Amino acid sequence: MDFLLNIIEQGLIYGILALGVYITYKILDFPDLSVDGSFPLGGAVAAVCITNGMNPYLTLPVTFLAGMAAGAFTGLVHVKCRVRDLLSGIVTMTALYSVNLLVAGSNNVPLFSQDTIFRNSALSALFGEKIPTWFEIALLLVIVLILKILLDLYLQTKSGYLLRAVGDNPALVTALAKDKGNVKILGLAISNGLVALSGCIFAQQARVFDISSGTGTLVIGLASVIIGFSFFGKFGLLKTSTAVILGSIFYKACVALALRFTGNSTFGTKATKLVTAALFLIILIIGIERKKKVKIHAGTETHS
Amino acid sequence: MLELKHIHKYYNPGTINEMCLFEDFNLTVEDGQFVSIIGSNGSGKTSMLNLICGSIDPEAGEILLDGKDISRQKEYMRNRYIGRVYQNPAMGTCPDMTIAENMSIADNKGKRYGLAPGRNKARMDFYRESLRELGLGLEDKMDTKVGVLSGGQRQALALEMTTLTPIRFLILDEHTAALDPKTAEIIMHLTDRLVREKKLTTIMVTHNLRYAVEYGDRLLMMHQGRAILDLQGEEKQNTKVKDLLDQFNAISIESGN
Repeated sequence: MDFLLNIIEQGLIYGILALGVYITYKILDFPDLSVDGSFPLGGAVAAVCITNGMNPYLTLPVTFLAGMAAGAFTGLVHVKCRVRDLLSGIVTMTALYSVNLLVAGSNNVPLFSQDTIFRNSALSALFGEKIPTWFEIALLLVIVLILKILLDLYLQTKSGYLLRAVGDNPALVTALAKDKGNVKILGLAISNGLVALSGCIFAQQARVFDISSGTGTLVIGLASVIIGFSFFGKFGLLKTSTAVILGSIFYKACVALALRFTGNSTFGTKATKLVTAALFLIILIIGIERKKKVKIHAGTETHS
Repeated sequence: MLELKHIHKYYNPGTINEMCLFEDFNLTVEDGQFVSIIGSNGSGKTSMLNLICGSIDPEAGEILLDGKDISRQKEYMRNRYIGRVYQNPAMGTCPDMTIAENMSIADNKGKRYGLAPGRNKARMDFYRESLRELGLGLEDKMDTKVGVLSGGQRQALALEMTTLTPIRFLILDEHTAALDPKTAEIIMHLTDRLVREKKLTTIMVTHNLRYAVEYGDRLLMMHQGRAILDLQGEEKQNTKVKDLLDQFNAISIESGN
């Protein structure tokens, strides 16, 4: 039972990351590597804020803003300096590694004795010393649902339409007398805001900030988005954002199961990333998007 | 009034492959004019449109709109008063968005793209009505993604979207070239109707000599960066496709094609 609850908990935390990656990868069509830096950035900012006595719930908007700044930086590098999308993400990711160290002060900041959004004096007064796991999951569910609904609503606004258009057909955004670069920067900012928020909650749940928590973040996010699209998005019943969050939970379950089989051996502890990569490869192969890009074949042969 | 004055445009300037396209090119388009432009490949037709729209910059010269130089303005800024339909029907629409969403986003051109609802519910009946006039059945597919429509349907939609908001210039860049003959005919009729209804100043590049003869009130033939033929009024009305074809053959022989 604990095994299952743990999967759901982790899946929900990474679900926020998946929402962010969904914006860049699916909507903007931008492979954004900066998430490997902005995820631990969320953790680092949260760790510093909490150890300095900030209310843990306030760290949520603060880390979101920090992530937005990181995303906007990637966007500026890409748009203003005309650096290719992949490379501008790498620039930010590399720079953020040092930024995270400078912000956190060290590569490992324990938060065991600190208040977090899951454990604090107010909650202890409510539940007693031992705060039940279901509460953690309920709290996460509320946060994830709020973010999901906000994102869905945003994508239905005029600004959201423009964001969808810039990934779909950038020429149309120019035709609408709007600077497509600014729209991309905005999209990257929102995406990395979500990713940093995810990293902030991750650190508070693990009760430690660790600099290495960022490695492979993009892979987790991409795997969640691709699973969400190919397994849950096909039926047309679920909103894409919901599918992506379910994809994240499913992916966490796969990783947890795979690690269980190799678990206690010395091989198992060393092979975590290998297992992650192998799973990601399998997901990529199964979920290969057979849907041809309509743009390319737009001439005469596409018919309803 | 749109004026191109002393335009110079080179490709690959400063390299061994330097190619001069325009040398002191001049053109004036009066308000309300419908100019058709023909010419062989590489004659500078599309480059001229790109210069007007700001997709490429001239090495020297001025582009004046009502006497004001716009040649330093960014492309997206110029699109406030320019509408352009491309050869590729995919360029004018968003394939992953529905017809209703595409119409709504186009209808908002020139206004703020803020946090108001993207779908313009109040205008939905108007959109449906304008699409009905196309006679392509698009009005019943408002919630269909544009990506599944045929090239002709998409081009009709693109044309409708481009002319939805008030614009000073309509730029048509071989906009019927990728369509089958029947669909091309429909799109040309629609173009003519929209241009007349909205009294749009229009520049149309086409490879179809018949369209160039039948539509518009002025005809330009481009060759090696110059307008070698400029017909208006009665002169244009008396021109036949055969005359243009003869002219075409003459310049082709001259340039050794």
